[in-house]
Amino acid sequence: MEPEFLIANITLFLLAIFLGFELITKVPATLHTPLMSGANAISGISIIGALIGANVAFDGGQTTLSGLLAFVAVVLAMINVVGGFAVTNRMLNMIAGKKRGGA
Amino acid sequence: MEDWISIGYLLSAALFIFGLKKLGHPRTAPFGNQLGAMGMLVAVITTIVQMQFTGEGVVDWTLIAGGLVLGSLIGYWMAVKVEMTGMPELVALFNGFGGAASALVALSEIQKYIITGDTPVGLELTVTMVAAGLSALVGWMTLTGSLLAMYKLKGGIEVFGKWIRTPTWGPVWLNPVKVVLLLSVLVMIVMSIEEPTNETYLWGIIGISCVLGIVLVLPIGGADMPVVVSLLNSLSGIAAAFTGFIIGNSVLIIAGSLVGASGLILTFIMCKAMNRTLLDVLFKSFGGDGEKQDLTRTKVGSDADEVAMMLDGAQKVIIVPGYGMAVSQCQHAVKEFANIMEEKFGTEIKYAIHPVAGRMPGHMNVLLAEANVPYEQLIEMDEINGEFPECDVALVIGANDTTNPAARSGEGPLAGMPIIDADQARTVVIIKRSLSVGYAGVDNDLFYMDKTMMLFGDGKAMMAGLNTAVKEI
Repeated sequence: MEPEFLIANITLFLLAIFLGFELITKVPATLHTPLMSGANAISGISIIGALIGANVAFDGGQTTLSGLLAFVAVVLAMINVVGGFAVTNRMLNMIAGKKRGGA
Repeated sequence: MEDWISIGYLLSAALFIFGLKKLGHPRTAPFGNQLGAMGMLVAVITTIVQMQFTGEGVVDWTLIAGGLVLGSLIGYWMAVKVEMTGMPELVALFNGFGGAASALVALSEIQKYIITGDTPVGLELTVTMVAAGLSALVGWMTLTGSLLAMYKLKGGIEVFGKWIRTPTWGPVWLNPVKVVLLLSVLVMIVMSIEEPTNETYLWGIIGISCVLGIVLVLPIGGADMPVVVSLLNSLSGIAAAFTGFIIGNSVLIIAGSLVGASGLILTFIMCKAMNRTLLDVLFKSFGGDGEKQDLTRTKVGSDADEVAMMLDGAQKVIIVPGYGMAVSQCQHAVKEFANIMEEKFGTEIKYAIHPVAGRMPGHMNVLLAEANVPYEQLIEMDEINGEFPECDVALVIGANDTTNPAARSGEGPLAGMPIIDADQARTVVIIKRSLSVGYAGVDNDLFYMDKTMMLFGDGKAMMAGLNTAVKEI
């Protein structure tokens, strides 16, 4: 790993943290849970790492522990992602959807 | 090809950013959620393209596709099946899975080094071991912490037909233990750089991190649970970001740290609504054993007929739902009550929503929306408090601390917490199992006021009784 690559990654990390802090300012209490749930679904982004991990592991013919772990990670991350977005959608339809329909 | 892959990741990162932004506003929230989902789709497709066209291609389609499909089906099934009342638990569970996935990826990478003996050197070794260690720490902690939080939200677990309550236990000496555990993990991470293939460090870090998640959540009472779940959510984002450092993937770093930071801000917002600091939540357990005030006063309970007579001809009724409504799941009976009152007396019905009523912020809104209560009738605390003096009856259903006038006094555990001014109403009707104290462990003066009528019992049964009584007037 080149030092430049590491520095670039750390820069990304810090900038994204600043952005995250600025992104959320005033949120009505009603939306706290859906926002948490939606953000939680996004944190399932580790699916990318799991996919790459699973692929490389089987690539080396190491169909043992390493690949198995990555496969479990794919399943868990996918539950997090799909379940998270679906449940957020359900909540928002109940909270925000009613508002438009009722008005 | 490489360029296209970078553009794919850039697009997905942008979708996440706009998605999170839009999730914070009521009108745009559903669209924000869709943007987030689209971002995830783009990221997954980009990764699969990257795997197929760079290096040696996708090695085993069945496994990759199988994992994706299996996870999607389980996740979707759980999200669709869950009752609205079980929503907070499910969010906690998904959160735990996310943390575990990040930690497993880190573990898988390290296992690969151990199996092949092909460890990186120099800077790459340091970065990999530090990132893998931190990812493991945060990821495993998130898993065990979230699982415990889930059972705390549920209230207990059924083992062989016996209901075991989830304990809340946190003596003061546990706090230094948490610090020692955390430091020992950090030390092990540093030592693992010297010996990357030493499995003792690997399993040691995992074990201690799991314990750490449990001791962190164990002392925290149910009312603070939303804050903890939000904090764990933030942590699972950070775990994903660390995993991004291991495999050198930019979208993981961006999305992970975005969620980490915005989750932390959300945690602070929630704390603020309860007038607590994050440190208080984590290290000062709230309403633990022994702190609860003894009850010296008594109050005679009323019955449904008496309350119904008083409700006769009421012009304006404000319903104050709380934790108890969620537990007894009586939101449909509450809506029915509102219908009866509206039809019979033309009563104006409103609902006063405290920011932390229930088990999650917004919990009351979701439950009442499920019972088809019009959104316009759900009024936030600050807006409705001025209306209580002109309201005939405040009907408090299973809410305690959020209506306790003691919070205004500036003393005790509730000091300064904003409350619903139910005591300003002409008459207060409270449906509650007993006079017992809430999570804060403070006796509630509201129960003993002359204008207060107590209906002792389960929310659902009491509401049903009240509905029948009102119909018969």
